[in-house]
Amino acid sequence: MVQLTINGQMHEIEAEPDTPLLWVLREQAGLTGTKFGCGVAQCGACTVHIDGVATRSCVMPLEAIGADQKIVTIEGLSPDGSHPVQKAWLALEVPQCGYCQTGMIMAVASLLETNPKPTDDDINAEITNICRCGTYNRVRAAIHMVADGKAG
Amino acid sequence: MSIIQSVSRRNFIVGSAATVGGLSLGFHVPFAALAQDAAAAGPPEVNAWVVVKPDDTVVIRVARSEMGQGTLTGLAQLVAEELECDWSKVTTEYPTPGENLKRDRVWGSYSTGGSRGIRDSHDYVRKGGAAARHMLIAAAAAEWKVPAGECTAANSIITHTPSGRTTSFGKVADAAGRLTPPAEVTLKDPKDWKIAGKPLARLDTVEKLTGKQIYGADLTLPGMLNAAIKACPTFGGRLVSFDAAAVEKMPGVKKVVKVDDTAVAVVADTWWRAKTALDALPIVWDDGPNKGLSSASIRQMLAEGLDATDAFIGNSQGDAKAELARVTAAGGKVITATYAYPYQNHATMEPMNATALYTSDKCEVWVPTQNGEASLAAVAEASGLPVAQCEVYKINLGGGFGRRGNFQDYVRQSVSIAKQMPGTPVKLLWSREEDMLHGAYHPTTQAKLTGALDADGNLTALHMRISGQSILAWVRPEGMQGGMDPVVFQGLTAKLPEGHLAYTVPNLLIDHAMRNPPIPPGFWRGVNLNQNAIYMECFVDELAHAAGAEPLAFRRKLMVNHPKHLAVLEAAARGIGWDTPPAEGRFRGLGQIMGFGSYVAAAAEVSVEDGQLKIHRIVAATDPGHVVNPAQVERQVEGSFVYGLSACLYGECTVAGGRMEQENFDTYEVLRMAQMPAVETIILPSGGFWGGVGEPTIAVAAPAVLNALFAATGKRYRTMPLKNHELA
Repeated sequence: MVQLTINGQMHEIEAEPDTPLLWVLREQAGLTGTKFGCGVAQCGACTVHIDGVATRSCVMPLEAIGADQKIVTIEGLSPDGSHPVQKAWLALEVPQCGYCQTGMIMAVASLLETNPKPTDDDINAEITNICRCGTYNRVRAAIHMVADGKAG
Repeated sequence: MSIIQSVSRRNFIVGSAATVGGLSLGFHVPFAALAQDAAAAGPPEVNAWVVVKPDDTVVIRVARSEMGQGTLTGLAQLVAEELECDWSKVTTEYPTPGENLKRDRVWGSYSTGGSRGIRDSHDYVRKGGAAARHMLIAAAAAEWKVPAGECTAANSIITHTPSGRTTSFGKVADAAGRLTPPAEVTLKDPKDWKIAGKPLARLDTVEKLTGKQIYGADLTLPGMLNAAIKACPTFGGRLVSFDAAAVEKMPGVKKVVKVDDTAVAVVADTWWRAKTALDALPIVWDDGPNKGLSSASIRQMLAEGLDATDAFIGNSQGDAKAELARVTAAGGKVITATYAYPYQNHATMEPMNATALYTSDKCEVWVPTQNGEASLAAVAEASGLPVAQCEVYKINLGGGFGRRGNFQDYVRQSVSIAKQMPGTPVKLLWSREEDMLHGAYHPTTQAKLTGALDADGNLTALHMRISGQSILAWVRPEGMQGGMDPVVFQGLTAKLPEGHLAYTVPNLLIDHAMRNPPIPPGFWRGVNLNQNAIYMECFVDELAHAAGAEPLAFRRKLMVNHPKHLAVLEAAARGIGWDTPPAEGRFRGLGQIMGFGSYVAAAAEVSVEDGQLKIHRIVAATDPGHVVNPAQVERQVEGSFVYGLSACLYGECTVAGGRMEQENFDTYEVLRMAQMPAVETIILPSGGFWGGVGEPTIAVAAPAVLNALFAATGKRYRTMPLKNHELA
């Protein structure tokens, strides 16, 4: 039994030490907003924040995370979808199928935390999540919307 | 979105809990709250398409599956338009496939593919809305004892015009549902639309931003177990044996099951534990007859077809072969080029999955599916139960692109597993590797094109020989026409409203030498239009170059009989600024085609520096006849470039030892933010017909870029994808 701090709450987790955080979140903590896409840190659908840093949780073993580290998932990004990134996403209706979007939002929220005015090159370098429906241009527009303080 | 469960309402209520892996989990089951019995609980329906609650909430039923393309919102707009309801009070729900069968298929087809969601059902869904409006008005008129003809409906309010009395839909819905539907209704002229045709916001965005939306892979049912699966990676291979004892004592493992002759699964309390045990499971495969199959052997098989004598004819005018022979003998100008297109995987972001619960007299499956009725048929077949004892609950799809329609392999597998654990719901989830190795692949084809130009640069003859795989021969042989697969000729036929060739050539032959490697092909977003557009549009560009003509002017001459094709091409060209030179180092290309009932064109602007292609801008033009939601059309067009350019730049599944080599996104690359060009969308609805929008634009992405790449480099890259070429 190990302890994890997820979205501000302490969770008692019983899982093998090498279990990826993704599956701890989805199957132990019941937080399915963090998605399984590839399992090899390629697609970013599983992105969460660990101490504020965007992390691909599908390759992060449980044993590498301390009880004092703060894990934030899409469910904890804001209590009611009111994070500026979520607001911009709603205003521009970014999602299509939506499956990759929670990971995309988490990656973008982390980028904007460290780089509040990213250039297009910054975005290209930092946001490498895969979307197959093709929302990239709206993702980019939404990032700029937040950066420009227009997301409300 | 909720789901009607009137057959047998299982009591999976939100907030119930079960013990999985020693921990208590909460459940969010999206369909339980609105389970509705047509005869008992809940508000009565006005008709099959419309339910109005006492609080005036309008529930519109949608049979087609929402997978990101916006069809849920678009179809609801069409019903709401005729219903004259308050759009702000509209919600939607999926009627189940079992309910559809029970009600004599009142909701029509559930198939969601071929860009057909709106274009195939616009008529009957609008009639459903109009009939409901008539019934609501009739109910109000009866209550007021006035002629229905003196009443009108708007914004969910019914008004008796002479007296000014009003009531709301919610107040008369109960009475309306008891009335006989009108025998005939008249639909509005699209020019009078107020809800349809408008760029309204999607109905399904909010939950996608918070993690609340439940996809198939996220589903949890009380007492549910999880299954991970491996099927023989070699096509045509079989499962010989596995050593269950080696993994049965691993944490969480409940059972190791033979799924069918080709696959084995581990069932455990959690999916991660199931997968961990599966990875440790000793399995013996029989590789079967295709061990020697490789990409090279398939290429050779197709290459032979390029010059084979026998071929199915898809389009023929005059005598192309004779004219080409004549011009060749006379020493005239004859141009030949050979193109090739590889296998590709759909690579939906959500891997295949299905959750099944089997008991001796019932089998239920929860599944993200593009065709609920195909899923239901698969459940009945795999369970061995009569279809009336089976049911399918459609769950949100994390992408479909054609993979989740015809191909219900994962549904059959999930039922086979659940059948071996009666009474326990089991969720089967494929790994990405399983998804990549067991696709329904975009078929591989090659094409050899030969054209003759006269002294004035006119195209006098064109022969396009396609060699390669037929989808229908494998997937739907009953759709073949005398051995021919008509789908092979998408966009290339003479007259079909689905998509016909823009060019008038006096001597034309387009034929197909069918060569079917033993690899399962499938309908992959855009289907055969994708490679056909590359072959035709790049070769027409080659002909223009050979004729010394400017590519747009050269096409114009060939397109005089096809003004709608030309209109979108001209619009895309204007949008990119075709008549003015691009900036230093930038180059442009064009492409157009008709498919899925719509006319599409694209113009691309690219540069090549140090062997790196950069696509700066794309302008796309679309004429789908009628537009139900221009904002969603725009999104589909933008998205089409991600799919089409992923294919053009990277998309390739290669075969070695009878199996696919790519197992994940590290080797099967797709377009990401950094490669995404700016896209400008021009919508030119000319009216009078209904075309699809989810797919056609994909086909013009690659030719526009490839023709721009030729302008930049002076070289033709004819074998896809571009990642295999050094660009310079």
